[in-house]
Amino acid sequence: MYYFGKNMRKILYIIIESIIFFCGILSIIFVILIFGFLFKESFVFLKNYNIVKFLFGRFWYPTLETALFGILPFICGSVLVSVGACIIAVPIGIMTALFISEVASKNIRNILKSLIELMAAIPSIVIGFIGMATIVPIVKNVFSIPTGLTAFTGSLMLAFMAIPTIVTISEDAIHSVPWQYREGALALGATKWQMMKIVILKIAMPGIMGAIMLGIGRVVGETMAVIMITGNAAHIPTSIFDPVRTLTATIATEMGETVKGGIHYKSLFAIGFVLFIITFIVNFIADIFLKKNKNL
Amino acid sequence: MIKLNSKFSQKIPFFFLYAATILTIIPVITIIFVIIKNGLSAINWEFLTSMPRDGMRAGGIFPAILGTFFIILLTIIFVFPIGICAAIYLNEYAKNNLLTRVINLAIINLAGIPSVVYGLFGLGVFVIFFKLGVSVVSGALTLSIMELPVVITTTRSALNSVPYSFREASLSLGISRWLTIRHIVLPNAVPGILTGSILSIARISGETAPVLFTASALYVSYLPHSMFDQVMILPYHLYVISTQVPNVRKDMIYATAFVLLILVLGISCIAIVARIYFKRRKKW
Amino acid sequence: MKKIVIFFIVIFFCIAILYLLIFKNTVKNKSYESIQIKGSDTIVSLVQLWAECFIKKYPMYNISIIGGGSGVGFASLINGTCDIAMSSRQVNKNEKLLAYNNNVNLTEFKVGLDGLAVIVNKNNPVSGLTLKQLRDIFVGKIVNWKEIHCGKNEKIVVLSRESNSGTYVFFKECILKKNEGNICHEFSIHSLMMASSQAIHHEVSQNSNAIGYIGMGFLDNKVKVIAIAANKTSKYIYPTIKNVKNNLYPISRPLYLYTKDIKKTSIKNFIEYVLSVDGQKITSRTDFVSII
Repeated sequence: MYYFGKNMRKILYIIIESIIFFCGILSIIFVILIFGFLFKESFVFLKNYNIVKFLFGRFWYPTLETALFGILPFICGSVLVSVGACIIAVPIGIMTALFISEVASKNIRNILKSLIELMAAIPSIVIGFIGMATIVPIVKNVFSIPTGLTAFTGSLMLAFMAIPTIVTISEDAIHSVPWQYREGALALGATKWQMMKIVILKIAMPGIMGAIMLGIGRVVGETMAVIMITGNAAHIPTSIFDPVRTLTATIATEMGETVKGGIHYKSLFAIGFVLFIITFIVNFIADIFLKKNKNL
Repeated sequence: MIKLNSKFSQKIPFFFLYAATILTIIPVITIIFVIIKNGLSAINWEFLTSMPRDGMRAGGIFPAILGTFFIILLTIIFVFPIGICAAIYLNEYAKNNLLTRVINLAIINLAGIPSVVYGLFGLGVFVIFFKLGVSVVSGALTLSIMELPVVITTTRSALNSVPYSFREASLSLGISRWLTIRHIVLPNAVPGILTGSILSIARISGETAPVLFTASALYVSYLPHSMFDQVMILPYHLYVISTQVPNVRKDMIYATAFVLLILVLGISCIAIVARIYFKRRKKW
Repeated sequence: MKKIVIFFIVIFFCIAILYLLIFKNTVKNKSYESIQIKGSDTIVSLVQLWAECFIKKYPMYNISIIGGGSGVGFASLINGTCDIAMSSRQVNKNEKLLAYNNNVNLTEFKVGLDGLAVIVNKNNPVSGLTLKQLRDIFVGKIVNWKEIHCGKNEKIVVLSRESNSGTYVFFKECILKKNEGNICHEFSIHSLMMASSQAIHHEVSQNSNAIGYIGMGFLDNKVKVIAIAANKTSKYIYPTIKNVKNNLYPISRPLYLYTKDIKKTSIKNFIEYVLSVDGQKITSRTDFVSII
């Protein structure tokens, strides 16, 4: 490179810097591509099928003569499973984060953090398989219900997958609370628990909310584990012990069976579009919370 | 008296904190333990290096392991240069303007899109539109887009942790921006980039949904020999033998899960150990 | 730091070398023809078994199999993205038209039969059901055995497979869907979802009020097989191989392979192998019924 003249070198740097700039804006291009692509396919679908009937229809019979594409059962399924998972994961996740950040000694903290990182790395298919092989029969026998493939089982496994996200991010938020606050609280005579409850949780709240939102995002988008353990019954669930089917599971199980370009195929892209919008909103809210936390 | 009381009452919430942590840890250990206990007996050299036989009820998982390696390799080649360049742009060049904010928003959004939607996108764009077919290259491209935000974020935080005084010292000597980055910032950020990247590789190797329609075949009678072949992939193979093929021996399914788990956790462990090592040696 | 970088580089090279070795081994096969099979999930495990044994006999071919569904098989056959489509139904009118418009001649091969047996406990006096009775039992309209001729006064325990199995789909399409209107019936909410055909067999042999359905390959003398009649006036027919072959038994269907280019030797060899005695022996080893 040093054999080039000064001008040549300058041109080289300009080329390199423009490549870097291009890579920088590539992620915008990808988002626009994904959005445009999903939008295009679902637009064609929604021209042929009423959007109200699509979002609030109660029946999903895509292969009948006059096909019905109502995704309300799947939306209910996704919501039920996600809410269940959050009810389990949020308290456990936040308490674990508090423990790691405030109570545990330095060595234990490092070990726990590594373990949680490993936990996040376990593939969803493995979790789904383990859930199918072990948790499903247990749920079936404990609650004496006809099948263990229920929304409850799904929530249980999804909670397990959301915990690492919630723990890591809320631990970051709790850890970033300035030490002056802690010492101030302790100096005023608060016990350690009072200090945690009154001061730390309050200050770290935006970060914790962000963590919860990201956890929800992960749960809503989870696919393989859900296919294997929620039973995939396309009806509106009446209790948490009903089999349900989620939006993601519908795409993954039916995509292989559709004929490319047909209306059924397009309807799955429309579901993908709905998912895209949902996760976009969830992540956007999470980002607002996390930004607030940063401006502490 | 009051003081004693509050000290005593503190024990109860602390007990809950302990309990929650244990509740978090126990399932991880249980899952690993169950898989090792049930799968270890079926693992042998033949299982790891032979083709599936007898309707996938016997034989090995070699093509699936190889397919997974192949797809990871190709994804690394696609995603790392782009991801690292993007992170350099965002951390070193980008000004605080609208464009940067839009890029940040795009990255957050990309990170949140469900994996199955990436699968749809890959199917529609790479498989059908670009006519790459169901192949390793389509799968790797899909995974690359999916991993891009992760690589950008980790690389960015690694670059960010290089002190600004380094840059200022270099720039004040009249060295151009690119050379400062190339010779001062990047070498110091390598450990962080490396560990972050390895962790993201672990994540890639366990993903199923994006490659479901873009790269994986249920059964391939030959080993992959080009980028445009279909391959068997470990996670998808696990899915197939645990839900679609009847009467597969339990220990074979567990053994497949075991191999997948070892692959993913092994890669993650390398990253964690490397990070601890680098942290100890950090000079600043 | 240097050490670790070197370590990774070494690992990378190891992978590359490993890959090159394999590349060397398989590069020979590259000149050989490959067969791409796509289609129904129902018979994908059977076709996979055929492919495996076929490769042993003809090692010069490369075969890859993708599931999906019968419709996908036909569509990709017409688009030219696969060589053989596997299907659990005959090609329908629209697909035929599409094939005709694209100048594709589909050749059909019947390669096996699929039949489901309805089973009850040995102590159950009921021995025959009509399709309508069967449907009413599985959707939960008939809940007591006494509602059926010579049945005991006991509640019926309905056993079904889990919704992700092909057996479930076939049974649902064949029995529950035969009704008027658009909305097809669902299995009764009280039916138990079992994980495998063996589980249903086991439960039926233990529970004297249970009824379930399994593939014909699982039948033995521990359970009682129910004879099925298409309607009240027709004969009750047992699911024997002969009856399935003669298309008398109502809960059965043939399995097909379709191709458009039968003259191509690779495809011809594969289909000839499937239809040969060896190939059909493999069929009998699975839950399906061979055609010879």
